Amino acid sequence: MQSSILDRYVTRESPIHALDPRVKILVTLAFVAGNVLLPDGAWAGFALALLLTVLVGQRAHLGAGFAFRRSFIALPFMLAGFSVLFAGSGEILAAGRVGPFDLTVTDGGLLRFISLMLRSWLSVQMAILLTATTPFADLAHALRHLRVPGVIVSIISLMYRYLFVLVEEAQRLLRARAARSAALPGRSTGGSVAWRATVAGRMAGQLFVRSLDRSDRVYQAMVARGYRGQLLTMNRHTMQRADWGLAGRAAVALLMIQVAGRLI
Amino acid sequence: MVVASANPLLTGGVGTGPALHVPDGFLSIPVSLIFWILTILVVAAAVRVLNERLSERQVPMIGVLAAAIFAAQMINFPVAGGTSGHMLGGALAAIVLGPWAAIVAMTAVVAVQALLFQDGGLLVMGANIFDMGILTAVVGYGIYRLAAGRGRRVRLGVAGVAAWFSMMAAALVASFQIWLSGSADPALLFPAMLAVHALIGLGEAGLTIGALAMIEAARPELTRAETVRDRGGAAWVAAGLAVAGIVTLLSPFASTNPDGLERVAADLGFAEMAQSGLTGFFSDYQVAMLGEGALSTVVAGLVGVLVIFVLLALLLRAVRRVPQPEQIGR
Repeated sequence: MQSSILDRYVTRESPIHALDPRVKILVTLAFVAGNVLLPDGAWAGFALALLLTVLVGQRAHLGAGFAFRRSFIALPFMLAGFSVLFAGSGEILAAGRVGPFDLTVTDGGLLRFISLMLRSWLSVQMAILLTATTPFADLAHALRHLRVPGVIVSIISLMYRYLFVLVEEAQRLLRARAARSAALPGRSTGGSVAWRATVAGRMAGQLFVRSLDRSDRVYQAMVARGYRGQLLTMNRHTMQRADWGLAGRAAVALLMIQVAGRLI
Repeated sequence: MVVASANPLLTGGVGTGPALHVPDGFLSIPVSLIFWILTILVVAAAVRVLNERLSERQVPMIGVLAAAIFAAQMINFPVAGGTSGHMLGGALAAIVLGPWAAIVAMTAVVAVQALLFQDGGLLVMGANIFDMGILTAVVGYGIYRLAAGRGRRVRLGVAGVAAWFSMMAAALVASFQIWLSGSADPALLFPAMLAVHALIGLGEAGLTIGALAMIEAARPELTRAETVRDRGGAAWVAAGLAVAGIVTLLSPFASTNPDGLERVAADLGFAEMAQSGLTGFFSDYQVAMLGEGALSTVVAGLVGVLVIFVLLALLLRAVRRVPQPEQIGR
């Protein structure tokens, strides 16, 4: 299978790729926190935040629209935010009755809805850039530097390493099910929904059992290759001048977003 | 919400998986921080327990099983009308691995989904781990522990019940987080989230029963009564039943009586938070004592910026003290 669909890292030689992963993680978190702190309708702030994602995308040689193109992943959840349309107060824009609910769309609700969508969408774009410019081993290493317990980082690293293998295993199980689920056109196959759920559950159980055995072999193989409890990366990860410089510039940019969002 | 979990590997068709991977932007800073703190406390306890109990070789096992949970979330089954369901796996992990290991495994799953696939946010990751890792472990293991040592049908049935409650508990708490952040209308949010997850929970129950039946058949030693009881104390049962009880009492109330919910929130002092939502510190981004006007807005803005910088400074302090990687080889 195409394991490449799993890895979101994009190989490039760029100043953003070369940055210390700790800086990237912290700036991304601060960017997200900044978006959440921006008041509803802070259009100037949102616009500057969008500009920042575009600039980062460009500096990373990914192209200005890179994060935008991948950002639709978070769209489904936005339906949850849809209900905020009906929660606001202010001038009534539309009203109606759907089932048991009296729904009123107000301009306050609309404002909050659009702001919520923007916050979420902008945050996802920066997270996409983080993932695209940082190999996963470096992300895990940075987590270790950020004081995440070693056991957790080891488990996350191992999980990442075996993701590809087990996803292939799951796809083989799915292909096998598809192969034995022939159907005449227009007629349903198999039993009830409950039966189908149990069959899928048995496949998941099969995956568990196989990975239990596999984890034992994995461990033996890793110890044989010198594993001592943590994965290693060739990158040294000491904060360079460029890293501090970018952290400073990012702080200024985030400050500008906040000020613009509140004053303009 | 019906178009749920944006698992990037589920291509084609509409997935009706659990809608619990809350993205960034939906939870306010106070709610995110509160749940980060709770999650860090619990995960730290889990790490401590595992460090005491586990031999080194169980670390790869939890890692590989975390990958298996992720992969198992790809295994979907057709429900109706082109939609399909898939599993979350928190309850199953808690039953098979025990609560502490399951919490760590689900933490890894949620972290990788957020870091690698943007499925669930970064700032809200604490809340997501709490809902999908910690609550599911409390309910899944707590309820299942009651059935340890009983007959096969009872065990599998109770596992199904535990899986359903784990989904409902996660949905209920996620709804609270979103509501307290001011990001949804409770009158719509609670009934929709709870009704959808009552159905998704049935799928989770079926999937968990099927998976457990397979695991028991292949590896009976994993779910032997003593093994299951050894993995966590009897306090988990009390906690699991308490959460299930709260879900049973609160779900109908929250979904049919949002006004009552608002009243209770007002009594408990949450109302301000739910109203002003996004910062929680200021109502409408103005500082109350300064009245309304540009000055008040600017001060509120500066305080907001200050909050970010204090958080950053704290994080940077952690960065400066760099732990040396272990010496490898000789």
